[in-house]
Amino acid sequence: MLVWYGELTTQRNLARRGLGYLGPGILWLLVFLVLPGLVLILVSFITRGGYGQLVWDFTFENYKRFLGFSVFGWTADYFIIMWRSVWVACMSTLICVILSYPLAFFICSRPEKKRYLWLTLIIVPFWTNMVIRTYAWLLILAPDMPLAQLASFLKLIPPDTPLYPSAFAVYMGMVSIFLPFVTLPLYSSVERLDWSLVEAAQDLYASRVRVFTQAILPQTLPGLTVGIILVFVPTMGMFVVPNLLGGSKYMLVGNLIQQQFGPSRDWPFGAAISMALMVLTMISLQLYRRRSKEVEII
Amino acid sequence: MRRIHPIVTAMAMFAIAFLYLPLLAVGVFSVNATRYGLTWKGFTFDWYTKLLQNELILEAAWNTLVLAVVSTVVATILGTFLAIGLDRFPWGRKTNTFLDVVLHIPVVIPDIILAASLVVVFGLLRLISSVFEPGLFNMIIGHITFQIAFVALVVRSRLVSLGRDIEEAARDLFASTSYLLRRVTVPLLLPGIMAGAMMAFTLSLDDFVISFFTAGPDSITLPLYIYAEVRRSVSPEIHALSTITVLITVILIIGIERFTRK
Repeated sequence: MLVWYGELTTQRNLARRGLGYLGPGILWLLVFLVLPGLVLILVSFITRGGYGQLVWDFTFENYKRFLGFSVFGWTADYFIIMWRSVWVACMSTLICVILSYPLAFFICSRPEKKRYLWLTLIIVPFWTNMVIRTYAWLLILAPDMPLAQLASFLKLIPPDTPLYPSAFAVYMGMVSIFLPFVTLPLYSSVERLDWSLVEAAQDLYASRVRVFTQAILPQTLPGLTVGIILVFVPTMGMFVVPNLLGGSKYMLVGNLIQQQFGPSRDWPFGAAISMALMVLTMISLQLYRRRSKEVEII
Repeated sequence: MRRIHPIVTAMAMFAIAFLYLPLLAVGVFSVNATRYGLTWKGFTFDWYTKLLQNELILEAAWNTLVLAVVSTVVATILGTFLAIGLDRFPWGRKTNTFLDVVLHIPVVIPDIILAASLVVVFGLLRLISSVFEPGLFNMIIGHITFQIAFVALVVRSRLVSLGRDIEEAARDLFASTSYLLRRVTVPLLLPGIMAGAMMAFTLSLDDFVISFFTAGPDSITLPLYIYAEVRRSVSPEIHALSTITVLITVILIIGIERFTRK
């Protein structure tokens, strides 16, 4: 017998009731999330049949191929795509953070009644489907539009060509889609900021940089971390943006996976790339976690 | 109210302009009278009236709505119970860690991996039953799967901030388990549940990847339709459709704000 907040009951009774609450949800997640994940791992080790069907022969071939070993010798293609994906994800996250800080501080500097209005202004694009916000850049970067005109005037591109497909277009798409994902959690941290610490730092003649790194950054780290995860993870696997704005010139790992499950119909190879993407995402998050702890100590 | 540096204001304005540039471009070209090219040829509402005659689009809109509503309802119920079960019972440390890891999977793993694993599993399940042919049913399952975790996380944080005192008081006053749930826990949790449901609904409307991987020929949703059209060529009808979607979003947000603030 034990007392569990105000109720005299038994361990077994509690466990049974608790399972009643947890059961359906956990069962769902086990069947449609954990199990498929395990199956994906399994499939990454089997062979693709001639018509794209699964042949249950154990092999490391998919991973070897991903590492660049093929019948034609070694290629760095997949490494380049992987590296590019990590790079794009890091840079997009960084740009989102750089733009989010002023935005969050700006909203917090508004009178309390007007903040809702400004927040709504951030939420509208946040709620708009990303396909719309991605293809819109096809219009903005079109040859007749000012940006492309300017670029061709500066001789960056030949006249009458669009600014897509290009790395630039991919970044535009990524940042405009994911900016609110950092701004919103960061805003909730900035709103609770203890300004006395900032003022104390200023009173002690701290430079602007030091005020930011030592009085503001540690206080806003919880919101920042949520924001960074919410941007970094989806940008790593993104395929709509590179597909529409990057073309075949600027492929990311998301396109690679989609190709295997779509046109190429090579599920085992697709599964192997997915595993690589997952490991890479996990490693990056782990690295960030370590770094961010250091920031807290300072 | 605090004063901030003009440079901060300028950068904030730049960021907002950056967010709205795409929406603005789509809106402007949706009322442009020319079918080809991007030069301004005068104002027209033709593309909007053409939309309403397009049965494919109406069907896609219907599918989007069914998918979002059904998956949100199921995910909110499952997620809420999951959160209560997680927070209100004395699980051992190992069980708690395990549940925590499972709940965070959809947050820390790119959605394309979930989509890929669902494709494979549905492909294998199809050998057993034809229910798992690509289509709306599969899409609903996929959406619920990532929504549950988000709902549970939102509701759980509300549970934690509520504390257990009120429930304990109810228990002391001899409330039965079901009475406690109906009259105390759920009413107190309602703002959290609403927030979770809203989040789930948004995620469903915003999703493209899971739908793209699990959709069948009869279950085209609006994002899938727009994507397919854009891949062929960008047309003013699509701009009109996108603009309507944005406007509906705005109305939805204003409505929800009114609802939650009173």
